[in-house]
Amino acid sequence: MTVISSVKNFEALSFTLVAEFDAGVERVWQVWEDPRQLERWWGPPTWPATFERHNFVPGGEVSYYMTGPDGKKSRGWWRITAIQAPHRLEFDDGFADEDGNPVSDMGTTHGVVTLEAIGDRTRMTLMSTFEAEGQMEEMLAMGMDEGLNGAVGQIDAILAGSRVS
Amino acid sequence: MVVDKLNDADLDRLFQAFADATRRDIVTRVTTGEYSVSGLARHYAMSFAAVQKHVAVLERASLVTKEKRGREQIVRAHRGGLQRARRLLDAYEAIWRQRAERIADILAQG
Repeated sequence: MTVISSVKNFEALSFTLVAEFDAGVERVWQVWEDPRQLERWWGPPTWPATFERHNFVPGGEVSYYMTGPDGKKSRGWWRITAIQAPHRLEFDDGFADEDGNPVSDMGTTHGVVTLEAIGDRTRMTLMSTFEAEGQMEEMLAMGMDEGLNGAVGQIDAILAGSRVS
Repeated sequence: MVVDKLNDADLDRLFQAFADATRRDIVTRVTTGEYSVSGLARHYAMSFAAVQKHVAVLERASLVTKEKRGREQIVRAHRGGLQRARRLLDAYEAIWRQRAERIADILAQG
């Protein structure tokens, strides 16, 4: 079982996924660092990814496109915000227009990847948060999770079709 | 299943809706019952018109519905919209589960 756990936080629009792999930390880091390996797993089989630029350094920019079954291309970008090889990677990830330029007011996600050795295996933890462009700090400052926390049970009840008075 | 189903404009509206504290609070309130716009406005230190604007943003994101009843405008949670926000997260999580499986496959190949 590769994926050990996955916890979704609906009100914060984030989730944390923990997976374990039968390989050392250095080897798992390569699937992120090497664009040729990265493109073997980033896109689904029907939308394979091609990484045109992979500047894997803090502040570095990455651009890629995924090609759909009908030949349609969907472009995306990363901006690497922190790297501590081979244990930690942080990056913003968003959509791009046809020229590869970030679409500024579109939602992006911020990913934090950590790799830790568990014996001769590796545990990879990915925390991904949806954010409106440039608004993550604002969201945190405003206590987004506190703000909606109380509503989650009620939202669940609504989704379950029950009446909440 | 990934990019083709995620409607960019829908996503944008959803993020915009969630990015404001007042709007999050409005969503929280209307999940517990219906409110009129003027009833909502009493809870915030801002004008009726400002609250009406927030409701309009939430309505465009399909997180609430608004309906005229007499002279009042009644705001309710939009079940489908809230469900869609949740499905979005579900879909994104599924993408990452599949990515993890593909990484495992690559590692198994040496």
